[in-house]
Amino acid sequence: MREEAILTIEEVSKSYGGLMAVSNLSFEVPAGAIKAVIGPNGAGKSTLFNLITGLEPLQSGHIVFDGCHVDGFKPNRRAGLGLARTFQTPQIFENMTVLENVLIGRHLQGKAGLWDALLYTGRSRREDLAMRNHCLEVLEKVRLIDKAHDGAGDLACGQLKLLEMARALAMEPKIVLFDEFAAGLTWEETEHMMSIVRGIRDEGVTVLLVEHDMHLVMNLCDEIVVLNFGEKIGEGSPEEIQQDERIIEVYLGSEV
Amino acid sequence: MSSCSQIRVPRWFSLFVFLAFVAAFPTVSPNAYILNIAGFVGIYILLCTGLNILIGYAGQISLGHAAFWGLGAYISGVLTAKFGWSSVLALAASVIGTCVVALFVGLPTLRLKGHYLAMATLGVGVIIHVMFVQFSGLTGGPSGLVGVPSFSVGSITIGTALENFYFIWAWTAIGLMGALNLSQSRMGRALNAISSSDVAAECMGVNTYRYKVIIFVLSAAYAAVAGSLYVHYLNFAAPGTFGFMTSILLLTMVVVGGIGAFWGPVIGASILTILPEYLRAYEGLEELLYGMILVGVMMFLPKGLAPLFHNLRLRFSLTKQADEGG
Repeated sequence: MREEAILTIEEVSKSYGGLMAVSNLSFEVPAGAIKAVIGPNGAGKSTLFNLITGLEPLQSGHIVFDGCHVDGFKPNRRAGLGLARTFQTPQIFENMTVLENVLIGRHLQGKAGLWDALLYTGRSRREDLAMRNHCLEVLEKVRLIDKAHDGAGDLACGQLKLLEMARALAMEPKIVLFDEFAAGLTWEETEHMMSIVRGIRDEGVTVLLVEHDMHLVMNLCDEIVVLNFGEKIGEGSPEEIQQDERIIEVYLGSEV
Repeated sequence: MSSCSQIRVPRWFSLFVFLAFVAAFPTVSPNAYILNIAGFVGIYILLCTGLNILIGYAGQISLGHAAFWGLGAYISGVLTAKFGWSSVLALAASVIGTCVVALFVGLPTLRLKGHYLAMATLGVGVIIHVMFVQFSGLTGGPSGLVGVPSFSVGSITIGTALENFYFIWAWTAIGLMGALNLSQSRMGRALNAISSSDVAAECMGVNTYRYKVIIFVLSAAYAAVAGSLYVHYLNFAAPGTFGFMTSILLLTMVVVGGIGAFWGPVIGASILTILPEYLRAYEGLEELLYGMILVGVMMFLPKGLAPLFHNLRLRFSLTKQADEGG
């Protein structure tokens, strides 16, 4: 029995000049699944993520998230619906501490506005305390708690990836998009990341990820979509993908 | 760590100590000339704090800040001098009026980024400056607006240098407290996030455009209050005060003090308001010195002077902690 889709990509296209970055792409992400998007460099994976999060406008097609057409929505509005992401190159707020970074992930759970800020109202204080406690729990979960009060700019690569993940989790999203979370990590760090991702899934959060590490993808994911030059050339379970001749030819050949 | 769960006490302590020193200043400075300068320092700190909120906290460049200062001054000045408004109402009107203008300027320009925003605010600043000169029926044109009454509340008039000193610094204190609270709030964090990575902030639900507009208007409100204080203190306003060079001067004050640092505008505005008083005798040396200071700071202290003070404080608090912790 297939779960209902939480994210539906419908005939989505995007081109830069004459280059089709994503071409007439359709697929679904079932709720509660871990799904991967794989493909060679330049296959349109990161563009796809930017389209889903609203950082770049669609040229044609539709994106339906949690029963809602989000085509014209700005990224912050999509975030409000429960869409979180990380970035291939970590987009850390380097001028802030680790905890403050995670607090931004909690931004939408707060209501304090300009007057609360200027007057340091009771609401602002109570809200901040609740946010901080929640964020510390998240940091505990990703094992970054000792760094909570360090400057985010001083973290090592693997810790940056953890911080991005913590920020996304603090949002309490319905779906998280991970853009190459394992790139540049050691084997242990990757294992740690994978266990976090499984934990997220077990809590009912859907995961969509872009990844180059085939070992990780095949072990972690329930479903895989394969892109090549912006087009979908295959979709299925890890076993199905590993046996698809065409996919092996364009992508997996050298690795499996 | 138990300290993790408690809200950090804001840096109110150092602010209160600072303000206590300011409040005591007139007792050690009976000289009206010095008091006069100290009043202007307050006005410039208010201006620069407003600018720092925009540039330092939110990372948005403005090259037209002096125009908002001028707008605050002229609205307040014209309403009292030409239309006989009470200065309290004129102050309110100057803040509201300046904020409305800032809103209309901000809505289109804050969609722009980096250099484009700088260019747009520069242009708006020049336009507003030209208006001060051209609407001579109201503003007195190039020769300035004369006959602006001193600030008065009911029958109390704030006339002497001492009265003005406390009146100005009361507003400066409010402005500083607001900025301090802001820097440690949900909104302040969001602004910080915008200045660091616009894209990531947006993806985490921060309405970046809306926040930029709010903060642009807030910084204009600071400038408007400073303008109103200025014009009622001086009883006069001339368009030259609010030109492009002043915008650059304000920017220099913020940079020298330390962009984004709470104490930055205080340090920068104090130094660059007091220094020229010593250079009165050497005509033309001011600009040269400003340039040298700016270049020097950019080269050797890119974060401004404020971190030097911060490091001192940190060293002090670390030794204290070590003493207590044993």
